[in-house]
Amino acid sequence: MAEIIRTSPHARAEHEEAGATEAGAWAVPVDPATGGGETILEVRDLVKHYPLTQGIMRRKQVGAVKAVDGVSFDLGAGETLGIVGESGCGKSTVAKMLVQLEQPTAGAIRYKGEDITKLSGRALKAVRRNIQMVFQDPYTSLNPRMTVGDIIGEPYEIHPEVAPKGSRRRKVQDLLDVVGLNPEYINRYPHQFSGGQRQRIGIARGLALNPEIIVADEPVSALDVSVQAQVINLLDGLQQEFNLSYLFIAHDLSIVRHISDRVGVMYLGRIVEIGTDTEIYEHPTHPYTQALLSAVPVPDPTAREHRERIILTGDVPSPANPPSGCRFRTRCWKAQERCAQEVPLLAVPSVFRGVDTPAAHDSACHFAEEKAVVPH
Amino acid sequence: MLLEVRDLHVEFKTRDGIAKAVNGVNYSVDEGETLAVLGESGSGKSVTAQAVMGILDMPPGRIPRGEILFEGQDVLKLKEDRRRKIRGAGMAMIFQDALSSLNPVLSVGEQLGEMFVVHRGMSKKDSRAKAVELMERVRIPAAKERVGQYPHQFSGGMRQRIMIAMALALEPKLIIADEPTTALDVTVQAQVMDLLAELQRELHMGLILITHDLGVVADVADKIAVMYAGRIVETAPVHDIYRNPAHPYTKGLLESIPRLDQKGQELYAIKGLPPNLLNIPPGCAFNPRCPRAQDVCRTHVPPLYDVAAGRQSACHFWKETLDG
Ligand SMILES: Nc1ncnc2c1ncn2[C@@H]1O[C@H](COP(=O)(O)OP(=O)(O)O)[C@@H](O)[C@H]1O
Ligand SMILES: Nc1ncnc2c1ncn2[C@@H]1O[C@H](COP(=O)(O)OP(=O)(O)O)[C@@H](O)[C@H]1O
Ligand code: SF4
Ligand SMILES: [Mg+2]
Ligand SMILES: [Mg+2]
Repeated sequence: MAEIIRTSPHARAEHEEAGATEAGAWAVPVDPATGGGETILEVRDLVKHYPLTQGIMRRKQVGAVKAVDGVSFDLGAGETLGIVGESGCGKSTVAKMLVQLEQPTAGAIRYKGEDITKLSGRALKAVRRNIQMVFQDPYTSLNPRMTVGDIIGEPYEIHPEVAPKGSRRRKVQDLLDVVGLNPEYINRYPHQFSGGQRQRIGIARGLALNPEIIVADEPVSALDVSVQAQVINLLDGLQQEFNLSYLFIAHDLSIVRHISDRVGVMYLGRIVEIGTDTEIYEHPTHPYTQALLSAVPVPDPTAREHRERIILTGDVPSPANPPSGCRFRTRCWKAQERCAQEVPLLAVPSVFRGVDTPAAHDSACHFAEEKAVVPH
Repeated sequence: MLLEVRDLHVEFKTRDGIAKAVNGVNYSVDEGETLAVLGESGSGKSVTAQAVMGILDMPPGRIPRGEILFEGQDVLKLKEDRRRKIRGAGMAMIFQDALSSLNPVLSVGEQLGEMFVVHRGMSKKDSRAKAVELMERVRIPAAKERVGQYPHQFSGGMRQRIMIAMALALEPKLIIADEPTTALDVTVQAQVMDLLAELQRELHMGLILITHDLGVVADVADKIAVMYAGRIVETAPVHDIYRNPAHPYTKGLLESIPRLDQKGQELYAIKGLPPNLLNIPPGCAFNPRCPRAQDVCRTHVPPLYDVAAGRQSACHFWKETLDG
């Protein structure tokens, strides 16, 4: 079984036309935070609490898993925002709310200025088309009993206006070509493909409706190193070709740096620090970001000796019962009384306010200070 | 030499034919030394380790050829009861998935203690004290209080520590850790690797660390063996291989990983896929994916050429690879 990678996809006239009409008459102030591009998505104070219940007959709510607890960020057109954080910090829950697989408990998700959490019916359907998801596991996210053609073309059943019946086969074959698969594979089944190829199928399906935003939840985590590089390059190429905006979720900090323009770091349901890739990787100011970066093994044996490691102690607290004040304080080596009393806001820390330094970016820590932790 | 694997072959009988999972592996590790075995999934890392431990599924597995010398003695020639003695007291293994390797219905104290009851003939009560001691050694907080708890009551990182404690129980000379931190988050991975490296130094054990993570290898290994399609394609001291790989596959792997310290351009991607083990290409198994391949690569299996002291490469063009 050979993986066929095509280097020069055919002209994508249909895609470009569709993209052009949709980008049409719409204007939002240019946001410096999103690298100068128009803000296409504004997420504000997003919350998702999963109720914890007790009792079998009369289910009584006894608490809640605060999976996401006040997350805000902007995404610019054509931009990639990376989201990193350890398992359980709420990354997938954010992703699911963006593509409406989960209903937020509170907060707003504004797509081109319109809050999609308040939409329903046709208006919602129209917006949904533009925000598509690519999942982590290429083994379980594809229906084994459907052909590749049916999997990729399935979104057209709900949105027939994008591809009228007669043209669907052609469109699906074009999509296969775009993601570097042989269009003749259209009648094959998922098990006939390798992990990397299945991830390409998932990406083709995500592209079927010509979306503007792709939410990719750990899209390469399950793949081997060499195949990972192939898929990352594909995502890079597609972004340029179709001017896509990516929300790219991963726990591998090196991959996130490679692909992202800006990066947000999550801990226990909140973003603790957000900024450009240089701001986060070269000038992190939040202790959690610093610990996270310092723990990443780098492929350079000479870095061993002179590298400072911040080894965190203890485990991440339960999201059902997060610590008061700063959620990181139970593992933070800088924690003071104030950290238990006062929730640190995600903003430029006062020490850096008005100072012209890459350290002046949003960081939710009372005692934010710069610390270089990535070896060079 | 503590352990020496020589020309090891392992094959599996499958419905579709004979899968040649291991095709002539040679590696060695000494006391106090860390050997990293690196390779993509399916390259034969775990099967080799299972053969060394004597826990291979046979059948369908079969070892048609090879020697596994532990302290100079070929363990493949030993009777099962002798082998069982070596397993545990001589060598022990740590697996990736602690939850499925631990018994869910026994407390961790019982599982740790059992090692001493079975191998050392200790009483139940003494073995419990030993269990607490081991848990403290792998820095599980509140060991005395937690010794009666069950595996699912521990976090992933703590369970991995329990696995390490279990492997260390009888103070073996060799530890084989098969992707011990792959399932863990990066901060927990750092804690566990730290612990493992420290215990190894302290007890002067040989350590075989199986991983696909080039970062983890760079952090802890003394030397590396890179596997591809069931063979070692390159082996070298850790500094040499990162500075200047002598095999195109190693070189490709190193170039295909994104870097933490820079925002990259397009990544180098090794084209294609690893071979089907039922049908390994003739000549060099890497030839269909190799940017350097010539006719000789499609007809002649490259031997492990000596590149320098302690360095070998199974590439006909190792010189050119080193230079280019
Ligand atoms: N359907 C659900 N019901 C209850 N808790 C959930 C549900 N989905 C996720 N959670 C919890 O929410 C938290 C965040 O989960 P998730 O968003 O999947 O994290 P991540 O993707 O960062 O690993 C975790 O503690 C998880 O156990
Ligand atoms: N019990 C088994 N029966 C059949 N094939 C097996 C068995 N165990 C391993 N294999 C095959 O041997 C090859 C090497 O596997 P493994 O050593 O687990 O790879 P790695 O650890 O490098 O990912 C794989 O193709 C795998 O499918
Ligand atoms: S032997 Fe040939 S095909 Fe194999 S790695 Fe070397 S150059 Fe490439
Ligand atoms: Mg997730
Ligand atoms: Mg394995």
